[in-house]
Amino acid sequence: MAGESAKAVDVAGAMITGPVPAVDWLIVAPVLIPLVFGALLLMFRHEMRWHGIVALIGLAALVGADAALLSRVLEHGPLSMTMGSWLPPFGISFTADALGATFALTAGIVAFVCAIFALRDIDVSGRRYGFYPFLMLMMTGVSGAFLTGDIFNLYVWFEVFVISSFGLLVLGSERAQIDGATKYAILNLVGTTLFLIATAYLYGTFGTLNMADIARKAQTISEAAPLMTLATLYLLAFGMKAAAFPVNFWLPASYHTPRIVAAALFGGLLTKIGIYALLRTLVMLFPVERAILADLIGWVAVATMILGVLGALAQSDTRRVFGFLVISGVGVMMAGLALGTETGLSGTIFYAAHSMLIMTALYLLAGVMKEMGGSFSLHELSGLYRASPLLTGIALLLALAIAGLPPASGLWPKVLLVKAAVDANAWWLAGAILLTGFLTTIAMGRIFLFAFWRDAPAKGVAKVFDPATAARPVVGQGVLVVLTVPIVLLGVFPEPVIRVANMAAAGLLHSSAYINAVFPAGGG
Amino acid sequence: MEPAFAVLVGLFFAVAIYLMLSKHVIRILLGVAIFGNAVNLLIFTSGRVMREVAAIIPEGATTLAGPVANPLPQALILTAIVISFSFFAFLLVLAYRAYQELGTDDTDGMRVAEPEGEPLPPIGY
Repeated sequence: MAGESAKAVDVAGAMITGPVPAVDWLIVAPVLIPLVFGALLLMFRHEMRWHGIVALIGLAALVGADAALLSRVLEHGPLSMTMGSWLPPFGISFTADALGATFALTAGIVAFVCAIFALRDIDVSGRRYGFYPFLMLMMTGVSGAFLTGDIFNLYVWFEVFVISSFGLLVLGSERAQIDGATKYAILNLVGTTLFLIATAYLYGTFGTLNMADIARKAQTISEAAPLMTLATLYLLAFGMKAAAFPVNFWLPASYHTPRIVAAALFGGLLTKIGIYALLRTLVMLFPVERAILADLIGWVAVATMILGVLGALAQSDTRRVFGFLVISGVGVMMAGLALGTETGLSGTIFYAAHSMLIMTALYLLAGVMKEMGGSFSLHELSGLYRASPLLTGIALLLALAIAGLPPASGLWPKVLLVKAAVDANAWWLAGAILLTGFLTTIAMGRIFLFAFWRDAPAKGVAKVFDPATAARPVVGQGVLVVLTVPIVLLGVFPEPVIRVANMAAAGLLHSSAYINAVFPAGGG
Repeated sequence: MEPAFAVLVGLFFAVAIYLMLSKHVIRILLGVAIFGNAVNLLIFTSGRVMREVAAIIPEGATTLAGPVANPLPQALILTAIVISFSFFAFLLVLAYRAYQELGTDDTDGMRVAEPEGEPLPPIGY
């Protein structure tokens, strides 16, 4: 402190000298809570009976903090705090705007629901391998990535959730897991390293890492600055994390191998962080360069969504079908990024929130189908309708949601995106989104047809299922009901979410509110 | 000094990418290790390389006297080194386990998660 040194130094110009306001704690709470609970779980790693319940308490607190943060952001606009009381851009800022807070809340809900599912799905050996600590630490990274206002800090949070996801991926050490994890780990490490390269150039160009500061300086920087290089590098790095074609082959190689809860978390959360980072860098920091790259992003989006869903059509393992549908959804989200209009971005943001819920629900559905029907393969699954009409209803609603049909949540983001594409005269993009929806309907319809309606598998396939003695997992079906309710509600009452998504999109396009939150007096 | 470092960084990237294009996991890992070091060197160079002057504001002044090496990129490198080191350690163990379990370090032979010649989904019933 200044008072302890030999000479008094006036620090008021560089530091906040007053006490820390309570709202600062709210901004860091979504990172702090899972971090503390993750550490607690590590300390009590031998008390495996308590893992599930402690993790649930932590995640409930996380959802509460996220909800409080979002409601405050919607009321007062973006909020910012800076670590260690150093004034920005010297301290590391945490800045919550409507985009980050919405994604953080959705991610928190998904993690909470998955933790309930894990109570039954993860056995003692899975707990001994550290499922719950990994889950909490992954949520630390995910929340941190959504809320940080510093681009190098974003890199650090990326690494935090990536390394925790390695732990979840190899949980069980099966041969397929080790095979998938090798590809996942190497390609993700290359992706984050590309991110680091871009950040090194960015610091060399701007002399700052604070995102609000970069957004401010990018408007006035000289033409000679290599902003195009930066934008392209970020597109490649985050495209890789988001699993955009042609750098997406790590996803179908690995996402079907871990425990089903881990697959549900990955499919729900991880690619969406790539999309979030693309929105943050390309729309908020480098809008001019994004406009130049728009055609490229558009064709990448089309290739990702069409090839993704074609991949889904070629698979007979339900988990692998869903892995390819994750990719196809990434293409749909990138369509809004290519358009760059407020409606398009709003569609992307809504679709991302919808995708977090629906992909998690689909993977968990695959898990419940396996538990009841005895298999992941469409060749062997059959007769689930007779075993559980409830599960059949859920599966139908989820199929409608992922295909973008009413009454479920997939409809409205696609409406927004198609409208934005038609407004921008990009008929090819609108057509690709609609074609993807149609092909997704076929892929999901086939699962429904074979697994639920068909009485028995084809001749020559060993029967693994008997409706009379099938397991009826209560927790699994209960969790699916809990996830299906918001999916249907979002489809029936979309206005509040569209309003929030519009607000988030406007916040990205007109970053002055974000900048003002970090630099209140325009100084710094 | 910087031009020499820039050339070195370029060489590092070239070697790393060449190695990462290999089919053998061990070569890919060596490539990844060099890739990480290339980035660290890149960050180091982008913050000016200067040995003689310390980044300390002289007595009585409020700003630095002349150009000095920027200490912030060096702090960033420390973070990046720790992260890439821990990743690399994990990858080495993973690759070794993969070699033990799958009996090969050739990525063409690593087809357990995505087996070749899988049947297509049923067409009807």
